[in-house]
Amino acid sequence: MIPSAFDYAAPSTVEEVLAMLAAAESAGDEVKLLAGGQSLLPVMKLRMADPALVIDLGKISELVGVSEQEDTLLIGAMTPHHEIATNALLAKHLPLLHKAAATVADPQVRHRGTFGGALVHADPAGDMPAPVLATGATFILAGPRGERRVEASDFFQGYFTTAVADDEILTHIQVPKFTGWGAHYEKFTRVAQQWSIVAVAAMVKIEDGTFTRARLGLTNMASTPLRATAVEQALVGSNATLESITAACSLAAEGTEPASDLNGDSTYRKHLSTVLAKRAVLAAAGL
Amino acid sequence: MTSTTESSPAAAQKPEIGKARLRKEDAHLITGRSRFTDNMVLPGMLHLAMVRSPFAHAKITGINVTAAKSSPGVLAVLTGADVAQEQGSLPNAWPVTPDQKAPAHPSIAVDEVAFAGEVVAVIIARSVAAARDAVELVDVDYEELPVVLDLEEAFTDQVLAHSTLDSNKSATWIFDSAEAGTGTSIADALANSEVVVERTLYQQRVIPAFMEPRSIVVDPTGEQLTMWSSTQIPHILRLMLALTLGIPESKVRVIAPDVGGGFGGKLQVTPEEIITVLAARRSGKPCKFTETRSESLQVGHHGRAQVQRLKISATKEGIVTGLSVNLLADMGAYLGLITSGIPILGAFMYNSIYKFPAYRFECNNIFTNKPWTDAYRGAGRPEATFAIERMMDELATELGMDPLELRAKNWIRHDEFPFTTVAGLEYDTGNYEAATDKAIALFDYDGMRDEQKRRRENNDPVQLGIGISTFTEMCGLAPSRVLGSLNYAAGGWEHAQVRVLPTGTIEVVTGSSAHGQGHETAWSQLVADRLGVPFENIQVLHGDTAISQRGLDTYGSRSLSVGGMAVLAAADKVIEKARVIAAHMMEASEGDLEFANGSFTVKGTEQSTTLGEIAFAAFSAHNMPEGVEPNLDSEATFDPVNFSYPHGTHLAAIEVDTETGHVNVLKYVCVDDIGVVVNPVLVEGQVHGGLAQGISQALYEEAVYDDAGTLVSGSFVDYLVPGAPDLPHYITDRTETPATSNQLGAKGVGEAGTIASTPAIVNGVLDALRHLGVKDIKMPCTPSRVWHALEEAKTTGGMQ
Repeated sequence: MIPSAFDYAAPSTVEEVLAMLAAAESAGDEVKLLAGGQSLLPVMKLRMADPALVIDLGKISELVGVSEQEDTLLIGAMTPHHEIATNALLAKHLPLLHKAAATVADPQVRHRGTFGGALVHADPAGDMPAPVLATGATFILAGPRGERRVEASDFFQGYFTTAVADDEILTHIQVPKFTGWGAHYEKFTRVAQQWSIVAVAAMVKIEDGTFTRARLGLTNMASTPLRATAVEQALVGSNATLESITAACSLAAEGTEPASDLNGDSTYRKHLSTVLAKRAVLAAAGL
Repeated sequence: MTSTTESSPAAAQKPEIGKARLRKEDAHLITGRSRFTDNMVLPGMLHLAMVRSPFAHAKITGINVTAAKSSPGVLAVLTGADVAQEQGSLPNAWPVTPDQKAPAHPSIAVDEVAFAGEVVAVIIARSVAAARDAVELVDVDYEELPVVLDLEEAFTDQVLAHSTLDSNKSATWIFDSAEAGTGTSIADALANSEVVVERTLYQQRVIPAFMEPRSIVVDPTGEQLTMWSSTQIPHILRLMLALTLGIPESKVRVIAPDVGGGFGGKLQVTPEEIITVLAARRSGKPCKFTETRSESLQVGHHGRAQVQRLKISATKEGIVTGLSVNLLADMGAYLGLITSGIPILGAFMYNSIYKFPAYRFECNNIFTNKPWTDAYRGAGRPEATFAIERMMDELATELGMDPLELRAKNWIRHDEFPFTTVAGLEYDTGNYEAATDKAIALFDYDGMRDEQKRRRENNDPVQLGIGISTFTEMCGLAPSRVLGSLNYAAGGWEHAQVRVLPTGTIEVVTGSSAHGQGHETAWSQLVADRLGVPFENIQVLHGDTAISQRGLDTYGSRSLSVGGMAVLAAADKVIEKARVIAAHMMEASEGDLEFANGSFTVKGTEQSTTLGEIAFAAFSAHNMPEGVEPNLDSEATFDPVNFSYPHGTHLAAIEVDTETGHVNVLKYVCVDDIGVVVNPVLVEGQVHGGLAQGISQALYEEAVYDDAGTLVSGSFVDYLVPGAPDLPHYITDRTETPATSNQLGAKGVGEAGTIASTPAIVNGVLDALRHLGVKDIKMPCTPSRVWHALEEAKTTGGMQ
């Protein structure tokens, strides 16, 4: 459990980070950015990663915190999960992220691990990507050519792969407000401390007993988080009843090809997604 | 909720026995003053890292260590070839048959590796980091050989686990009640019975997963070679180091300091222990090796791993007429210390609490290209209990009978003890009726059956099952003559010393080696009562062969019923010696002295003297009686005449979510009869931990390998062990039927929970789903497996 030798830097500004990334790129050195370290450090200790340089982002204060804008919340990439799970602005305007963050690992991890770190790590079983995808957030990246904005639907590109280039860092996530929506994150694990086997993030708006809006994200149903668009379309316009929700959510696995592993094969995951979608929507709808 | 029964009248007069004392040993452990092996730092100490084979079966055709040797901080690299003449072969202390076959077992592989993770070289360096860095620089050439991983496939000998053996079969061990004269013929029973149920059950391979990874420090610099090791067995380890490496035993000292759990997983003589000695001897400096968690999961010995082919025969009324057990037991690639004996320990337990007239047991011990198996909490007995309790449920289903009623029809009644079983053991005492009645009441068995019926009728998505497990086990390992009859190399006695110091405080030295059980507390309670001295005045010493010279260590729920009896016997000897000195001091005759509350009093007078005063008199030795040595020390060795037989009834209410396959333990009641209890706090801890491990085998744990023989569940991400949120609130209670095999009436509790709970859970899962057509689910009953079983039952229309 000892990583290979590496150099360590802890700059205090984004500009310094970008300069270091540029220098490392021209030298051909592998760099890892250290956010909360909850995934990076184990991987380095197992020597599955052996970067020449680790840049610790922990001293860049501008990357931490949640601020309110007109129709959006701006979340710093280095904001810890614990903050997402307890922040009053999020509780009011983004209940889905608020609730999902509370299911991430355990209190120790939630205090060290960061929102942006989890998104850039892009583990298909991670709990933050699918809810963020469901919100249609915008990812703000800083790079040598200035700021670049990437929509959530373009951000997640594959297993542990995102739109962030080697010379860029994620600084903020801008998320539209969903004030007054019902939200729930339904996570399925075998034991309490486990990555999601499958999870479903759901946000719904109900008017006069009818779904008027619905946004669903699926965790661990592919190499990236997915939107359950078939369910969303089936829900909108239907009554908020068990029957119509069950019918709509039976479409949750449509178009997915989840992986098989020790926790379940692809067939089981597809089935599970329909059950969890139903439960997520029922809870989001307050039924 | 936890309630305990009244302590026995005999115990009531003794304030300590039965008292719920908090653990003495916890203060230093929870305040960070612990001394685990990895905490040891010695001057000039070097560090080791192991180079391990990535292949499950391969020839080693070349090893290039040049780059590793020149890596910064590296002093030496040793390969199997370098130490081939001195490393010996790791010991197997239990050749179960005279013709048992086993490959040579070098600590560092020389020519061939037979499981992934086997050591092929060791780095000796100035720091852990330097050692670890150099591991990747060792260049090993392998010629891959075919691997055999599946037990049933290995049995066919189509692929051999070792190129040096002509069969994967290590031994075949048979017990037949007709041949042994303990019962009738199984062939007749199976041929002539009205009902025969035949099943094949699978015991998955599990990993002990103790909290403290194993760690070793060896100091070769003194007159003696001193080893600190995170082990359960310092005494056996010392003997085996001497025998394996040819070091005089008197030149070896083994210390087991604080040890963070074992569960049988540290009942071993490991390659890493031998290698650390070799490295220390070569370098002349202290050497340390501490395994990583990944190594611990990969190469620490594993447990269970059996295929159980079972036949049970009965009358239509539910009287069992015979049981046939045919096992394939996975040895893994080598025979460890007692690998081969583990399934044999189970051989005597398949008949469990029942009066079966005919019984046959056959076990084939089979090699595969996986790490070797060995003792894991219960060691053979959980496997047996699982099999028979699953079979009793299957038989009850076949007969359309309540599974509790079937058990009651066949178990030994309390007025039939002592009872000689069809497996040849003499059960001294027991009261299965009492434990079961209490469990039924606590569980609300009838109410739970009503709720089950309601959910079935409503087609509730969450179905309810009731899991039953009535069990017994043989504990208190072990009568030495019985071990001898089973070809085990050592005895089963235990040793203790009691020393009264001149100031009146007491040292108790025990040969059993605590690694979490709470011996210091329990032994203090025993001696406080026996000698009439305060609990606080007693110091318990253990786990160092220079302090506790004789002992056979801790496993098999033996500490109290064997080691505790040695402590009591030594305390009695102290009293007898003190009586001689006291009589001399007070000029009275020994017969006129009464011993109570730590003092001798001359009958009918006020004249008395305390143990402390007597000890001081012995220390100063100014006026000792003729022929009495000037000390107040004693020692005793206790060899039990019989095993002890804890038993109990466990009932589990199991909810199964038919939509997801998720299993929830709604309610768990266990009523254990472990005889007389010294400390209910320690008992409660053992029961809770045991239940957690047994439930975990049923629901969570499995060592999974890919086709190449690589451990896939190689970290706690994939090897699931439950935490507190995953386990139910246990309802524990006890009945107390004292054992007759020791003076205290204690039986042992270290393994009871693990043994009983696994079948209770699986029986509950199946009871919840049987009406939907589910016949069996392999352990662990994962949500995925449960859901697939339900889907399969739908397609087969609920019929097999």
